Amino acid sequence: MQNSAKRFFANLGIDLRLMGMIGALVLIWIMFHITTDGRFLTPRNLFNLSVQTASVAVMATGMVFIIVTRHIDLSVGSLLGLLGMVMGAVQAKILPEYLGLGHWSIWIITVFVGIGLGVLIGAFQGWVIGYLTVPAFIVTLGGFLVYRGAAWWVTSGQTVAPLDPTYKLLGGGAEGTLGETLSWALGVLAAIAAVAVMVLSRRTKERHGIRVKPGWAEGTLIGLVVALIVGFTWLMNSYKVPDRAAARIAEARGWDVPEDFTMNHGIAIPVVILLAVAIVMTIISRRTRFGRYVYATGGNPEAAELSGINTRLLTVKIFALMGGLTAIASVIASARLGAVGNDLGTLDELRVIAAAVIGGTALSGGFGTIYGAVIGALIMQSLQSGMAMVGIDAPLQSIVVGMVLVLAVYIDIVYRRRTGS
Amino acid sequence: MNTQPPLVELRDMHIAFGGIKAVDHVSVDLYPGEVVGLLGHNGAGKSTLIKMLSGAYRADGGEIFVNGEKAEIHNPRDARRYNIETIYQTLALADNLDAASNLFLGRELVTPVGFVDDDAMEAECRKIMGRLNPNFQKFNDPVSALSGGQRQSVAIARAVYFNARILIMDEPTAALGPHETQMVAELIQQLKSEGIGIFLISHDIHDVMQLCDRASVMKNGKLVGTVDVSDVTDDDLLGMIILGKKPEGVAC
Repeated sequence: MQNSAKRFFANLGIDLRLMGMIGALVLIWIMFHITTDGRFLTPRNLFNLSVQTASVAVMATGMVFIIVTRHIDLSVGSLLGLLGMVMGAVQAKILPEYLGLGHWSIWIITVFVGIGLGVLIGAFQGWVIGYLTVPAFIVTLGGFLVYRGAAWWVTSGQTVAPLDPTYKLLGGGAEGTLGETLSWALGVLAAIAAVAVMVLSRRTKERHGIRVKPGWAEGTLIGLVVALIVGFTWLMNSYKVPDRAAARIAEARGWDVPEDFTMNHGIAIPVVILLAVAIVMTIISRRTRFGRYVYATGGNPEAAELSGINTRLLTVKIFALMGGLTAIASVIASARLGAVGNDLGTLDELRVIAAAVIGGTALSGGFGTIYGAVIGALIMQSLQSGMAMVGIDAPLQSIVVGMVLVLAVYIDIVYRRRTGS
Repeated sequence: MNTQPPLVELRDMHIAFGGIKAVDHVSVDLYPGEVVGLLGHNGAGKSTLIKMLSGAYRADGGEIFVNGEKAEIHNPRDARRYNIETIYQTLALADNLDAASNLFLGRELVTPVGFVDDDAMEAECRKIMGRLNPNFQKFNDPVSALSGGQRQSVAIARAVYFNARILIMDEPTAALGPHETQMVAELIQQLKSEGIGIFLISHDIHDVMQLCDRASVMKNGKLVGTVDVSDVTDDDLLGMIILGKKPEGVAC
């Protein structure tokens, strides 16, 4: 029985680790659904959960590359704070002086400034690590202190508000969503794209004479993926915007609406950003030379060097990428709050590392997946919001999250030992 | 044979690590279609000498000539540009990647859009492994799951696939059984007939006597001498390795 189940999943091409993570997630969700008297698995809560997960998950995808190459980045939380402060100052204080308040280009310039600065700072850290060979732990521990301090200097500690209205849409909320129609369009498009990718990849493999999954397995997998995408879209489209807010939004957008007008949220913009980041990062990790070198360097740095890979420059690129992703996460986090305070991103570095590690990224290097990190972030966030909903005290929440982290890594170690990878 | 310039010539190479002269002013050369054995005890400097040629170490001094022209080799990428391929004793494989990824590491096949073409690489990998090691089947497993011999054949495939002109083999048979050792011996004969020059690092005098045309012996970082294998006996070579003594009546 156990063997036939194993063969079933092997045929599907889903590994046990992924099954384990999804199993843990489902278990956590059901547990909280029961203990909150049915408030957890509702469109409203899952919408909020998806928005809350986005910022950490975006950074976790970058942390995968860093940990895979046997480095660590302790500075992302502080960097997120600094970049948030800079972007806050740029859009609330600097740009309005030149462009006028509420100019359409403010949010675009702000985001570019943030990403540019993030990449620059990340690249600098990577240079110190790769070329000056200071351990990443130390460099980013330094960065952790430096960026938090620098964030204070930007505004002498003052909270920056209000942020640009268009910028704020990037953080989600009732208005920061795709809306019903666009959500369905995206969902259907994503489903079609997923099916196309899977079918095409099967064809290429067959053309090269490489053995493929049995037809029924491929069919089941395609069915599962489509169901997941459509199900998620449907769920997000079932979360109703409160009537009064809906009327206000309609009025602001100049829509002519009937008395009994209702609207649903749809997929939140930060979640769209997260999905885009996850897809791009997955392509980078699996289909580009850069990604291949990241894993090769993590598996055997000496072999990578001897194969002609410039591992120092690779380190610079990896940290630059992390900086850019931190900037995107900072946009989401600050836009969601609608203001940038001094504590933005505090402890995020630990959440990000935990998400990547729970998602199966090995600290010994060489192994880790993007989807794993995203699911890891979702597990962490589910635990935290779930406990908050149940009314568990904050100190106890930390204790539980801490123990779950250690337990997850222990299970991962046992799994690796069993499978010999 | 000696009328054309050597395929590769290492002239007066030296390198020191923290005051220890690992390679102390050594010169060796290699002609097309020739196998030159590098002999010596552990720590004699054979691997270090050869790592300066493959770009793994930067020499403190000395010159490298490829086809009679001075070559600048500062890293493994430079060496590959001169068609110098190396099979390291440690094999230098990324254990977490599969055979095809290792075969093409640093030189991936890409699709027109610039993405790595895993399917094409796997197909090529199947072809060359079919020639080198027909029993090899584990194309989708990470190389950590392979046996010593299988790992070795992946490392050899990597060196052979890219049209090497100069091949460096560092203890290529150390991890192999008798059957696989024979396979490597046949491969060396075949490559030799294609005009490839091979540096073969080995402890095993028997291997060297059987496979090599010339042998260069090192001791304590210095070159003892280079001899034609047909001019010497096993004992002569042993004397060079252990005592650092040149055999009498042989041109070194």
